[in-house]
Amino acid sequence: MRRYVLRRLAQAAGVLWAAYTVSFLVLNRLPSDPVTAMAGVGADQAGVDPAQVARLRAEYGFDRPVLAQYADYLGRALRGDFGDSVATGRSVTSTIGDALPQTLLLAGTAMLLAVAAGGGLALAATYTSRRWLRQALLSLPPLGVSVPAFWAGLMLVEVFSFRLRLFPAFGNEGLRGLVLPALTLAIPTGAIIAQVLAKSLLTALDEPYVATARAKGAGRARIHLRHVLRNASLPALAVIGVLVGQLMANSVVVETVFSRNGLGRVTASAVSTQDLPVVQGVVVFGAFVFVTANLAVDLVYPLLDPRIVVAGDRRWSLA
Amino acid sequence: MSSALDPGHPALDTAAALDPTAAADPVGWTPYRRFDARRLARFLLRRPGLVLSVLVIGAVFAASFAPGLFTSRDPLAGTPAQAFRAPGAGHWFGTDELGRDLYARVVHGTALSLQATLIALGVAFAVGGLLGLLAGFAGRWIDDVLMRCVDVMLSIPALFLSLALVTALGYGTVKVALAVGVASVAAFARVMRAEVMRVRQAVFVEAARSSGARWYSVLGRHVLPNAIGPVLVLATLEFGTAILSVSSLSFLGYGAAPPAPEWGSLISNGRNYLANAWWMTALPGLTIVATVLAANRIARALDGEWARQR
Repeated sequence: MRRYVLRRLAQAAGVLWAAYTVSFLVLNRLPSDPVTAMAGVGADQAGVDPAQVARLRAEYGFDRPVLAQYADYLGRALRGDFGDSVATGRSVTSTIGDALPQTLLLAGTAMLLAVAAGGGLALAATYTSRRWLRQALLSLPPLGVSVPAFWAGLMLVEVFSFRLRLFPAFGNEGLRGLVLPALTLAIPTGAIIAQVLAKSLLTALDEPYVATARAKGAGRARIHLRHVLRNASLPALAVIGVLVGQLMANSVVVETVFSRNGLGRVTASAVSTQDLPVVQGVVVFGAFVFVTANLAVDLVYPLLDPRIVVAGDRRWSLA
Repeated sequence: MSSALDPGHPALDTAAALDPTAAADPVGWTPYRRFDARRLARFLLRRPGLVLSVLVIGAVFAASFAPGLFTSRDPLAGTPAQAFRAPGAGHWFGTDELGRDLYARVVHGTALSLQATLIALGVAFAVGGLLGLLAGFAGRWIDDVLMRCVDVMLSIPALFLSLALVTALGYGTVKVALAVGVASVAAFARVMRAEVMRVRQAVFVEAARSSGARWYSVLGRHVLPNAIGPVLVLATLEFGTAILSVSSLSFLGYGAAPPAPEWGSLISNGRNYLANAWWMTALPGLTIVATVLAANRIARALDGEWARQR
């Protein structure tokens, strides 16, 4: 087991390094020259002072060879220093760190909502024996996947803030302000969880062990929750690992809709002002969240399903 | 990510991967049958939702190439006296803050939105398909290297990757489309590689090889035609996803410049008048929902539903 964990950790570190490299290449090597972008912030691109450009170029080390720049940046990134924001001058690490709690609260709440609603919907749809109810429930997730998150948020604001005046339309204050954004964020995520879980529940219900359990006199609820759900939850768990990254990304849009402060706002404004260090920091952070979530899922697997053989356990395993 | 039960693409129907019968028949290919109009009619008659979806997608394509078929109004010219009219007989979708007809704007916005979606799909399909084909067909270290690259692309959330590309490339419909396309290359590469590897082991490929066919003719005549199906299904699914991504980015303001109508930017404009003109946000959004829903329904029909029905 320890060998397995170590190998997965090494893989995760490798992916993060590669994500850093990809974002470095995309942001620093593509047609837009980072320096003219920086110098041109808020100014007319044509009126950029050449002397200022040269000074910036030297200051950020853009006049040196790419590899030397890259080695320098990577070395600093390994020590947790992703450079300073061009727009505000604060360090990228603290910019992201300050915005993070709000986004984590939002994304965490949304994930809980999505798992509860998506899982509940899948369980109810596969449990009920009424055909129309099952059809109605199963038709909801495809709808949820097709709705743009920002539009769903605006519609919720229209109904619950402007018409019914139940929740505030924007802002970070308190739990009431959290309800609508979390709900918005939970819709696409919950829909995917429901689709995957319902599918694997339906597959698992046809397994022979269900017939065995039924023959032994187990009740429907017991079969559904104790036998089938545990077996069927693995694909849903795998998809949750993938969805965590998507949730972080969607928060960019949702935080913009609800004018909340957080990582999403930081990202949106960094893209608008071409604040390259911040954008790169956010991209690497997104990869970090994704990798961590999937690492956690991979480590939980063997606990849920003892049949999964951890490959690193045996020295000469063929698997 | 090499998880034990990797779902690959979360939205993709995992039937091919989980279906036990698919494993027994490595290629799952059915002998050629002549086109059966009665079977098609029966198939469609039982699925009114699917027929409606095809009509919706057809209308979207028609609106983008010939908006004149749907409206004769100018999407850019408005009469200020008629600002903020609610939807009614005169203006089906109401009017905006400058008195422009919203229905005309949505219809004319289809062109930009669809153009961006198709460019994104084309990029993802071409690049991802080539990567997957190369990885699956060449195997060995090429496969290892390419798939590690794909893993990295998958590990960066798609929207973040698109945003990084938009930062580097700049604003505009085509640039947004490129950014969205590059971000979904990985999914295509994965599916293509899986299909090529599945087909590569089939007996007819072995037979073609051992009878001396060149590698490119094996690839072009035997492997590719049998492997492309699931990739096309993925393309229909990604059509919906790409519409959502493109409209998200243009909602954030990175798409077409203001006067030009585009679905995402129409909503972002309507947002400013949400309290007093609900239709300016609701109706363009409903158009997006209908299009994506229709595309996903067609993808579901292509993904096995047609083959399963006999």
